[in-house]
Amino acid sequence: MAYSEKVLDHFKSPRNVGTLNKDAKNVGTGLVGAPECGDVMRLQIEVDDATGLIKDAKFKTFGCGSAIASSSLATEWLKGKSLDDAMRIDNMDIVEELALPPVKIHCSVLAEDAIKAAIADYQQKNGITAPVAMAEALA
Amino acid sequence: MSQRRLIYLDNNATTPCDPRVVDAMIPFFYEKHGNAASRSHQFGWEAEDAVDYAREQIAKLLDVEDKEVIFTSGATESNNLALKGVFEMYAKKGNHIITAETEHKAILDTCGHLEKAGAEITYLKVREDGLIDLAELEAAIKPNTILVSLMWANNETGVIHPMREIAIICEKHGVLFHSDATQAVGKIPTHPREVGIHLMSFTAHKMYGPKGVGALYVSRKNPRVKVTAQMDGGGHERGMRSGTLNVPGIVGFGKAAEIAREEMQQDAARLSKLRDHLQTELTKLEETKVNGNEQSRMPHVANISFKHVEGEGLMMTFNQNIAVSSGSACTSASLEPSYVLVGMGLGDDLAHSSIRFSLGRFTTAEEVDQAIELVRAGVNHMRDLSPIWEMYQEGVDLTKIEWSAH
Repeated sequence: MAYSEKVLDHFKSPRNVGTLNKDAKNVGTGLVGAPECGDVMRLQIEVDDATGLIKDAKFKTFGCGSAIASSSLATEWLKGKSLDDAMRIDNMDIVEELALPPVKIHCSVLAEDAIKAAIADYQQKNGITAPVAMAEALA
Repeated sequence: MSQRRLIYLDNNATTPCDPRVVDAMIPFFYEKHGNAASRSHQFGWEAEDAVDYAREQIAKLLDVEDKEVIFTSGATESNNLALKGVFEMYAKKGNHIITAETEHKAILDTCGHLEKAGAEITYLKVREDGLIDLAELEAAIKPNTILVSLMWANNETGVIHPMREIAIICEKHGVLFHSDATQAVGKIPTHPREVGIHLMSFTAHKMYGPKGVGALYVSRKNPRVKVTAQMDGGGHERGMRSGTLNVPGIVGFGKAAEIAREEMQQDAARLSKLRDHLQTELTKLEETKVNGNEQSRMPHVANISFKHVEGEGLMMTFNQNIAVSSGSACTSASLEPSYVLVGMGLGDDLAHSSIRFSLGRFTTAEEVDQAIELVRAGVNHMRDLSPIWEMYQEGVDLTKIEWSAH
């Protein structure tokens, strides 16, 4: 299967690979997927307490090229966004940006799940109640 | 775009055609274009002679009689003909067929088809090393068993089944024995009569011959085996397989068999050294696992799991330079990993992390050395990106994590 240029670019030079301190109060961590399914994404956000904006985002992904590209792209998009805006990132935006073929759509879904899981973790740590829709998305 | 020549380590998928094979085939496209079934002129006779000669070359490789070689379009057709043909021909004797879970799809899907037609199929499990349990095979044989079908060598792991031991069990119970020997013929000695195999499938394109031509060995004496034709027509190939013979393909197949007979031993010796070197070097990486019994394995194959790295992603790090196969089928909607590896009890995670390296006649030592470097770099790159590798290194018990399977 041929990958798009953008997938190849993110795969070869992934942005924001790394680990934030998951115990820090202003860091939210989302871990989604399962090794037996062939992909696991861990996406982390660091929120600026003063502005409420995401000031840093990091990821690590076990998976195919599209899964790595989806999470790499997600971290790029997350930086500088408010949590509300971050919640609005839709998997289809990722599909479009990376020109993912139908068999790889699940990679984008996983990236969206990872974003929502990271936000939920941050909100839980900081005593913010997650909206019902988000809880459902994580179930 | 200038690009280094790809290093081809996927010879179990298909082998390049040996140039000597191509040379032998060329006259049969134009100058000697006859139909081997044309009995009234020179063109036909020439084609028939060429087919007879190829049949002889192949029979010599197998140490069988010429007439026992039935040409087909490939191993898939040979497997279909063997299983469906035996099921129909021996319907009065019974309807039970024994095979194994790790067989090729051409066997498993044919068995599935036969189940709908009233066959009873037993799918033997394999042990962790990919081999079947012979006691389990014997215990599975019943009065209505007509056929045991077990592959000679597995396509994904290269694991070689104990053919003679299986044949002895079949003989003892008066059951026919078919083997899909696609991955073994031309690479290791495969003599069905001597071993006690009654039907054997194989194909040219896995032994440096052309694609689109294969054969089924059908024993003609002790026992005389018959299969019902699966294609109706002119009654070619002793009535078992109608259809105009693929003369150039068959000529190439014959030449490939002749070369294999002469060079198999030296090829195998050279390739097993290269394979061992590849395997030794790659398993120096932490957390790797060689899949399949190493004592009973094809000389040119190594199937290795690189833990905490996903196979398709790993391949992507080096697929501009090396061509291999992965046990991970992440492109399918179901995300199913290799059923062969899962059948061997490998966890889905390890199956997703596996790469099959299959060397061939044209693989060089330099290519293997380059591949070692590229794969190592790829594994390290992917592990740097892998959250589960990080967790493993931190001592997290990955089995205790509640993963969100999707």
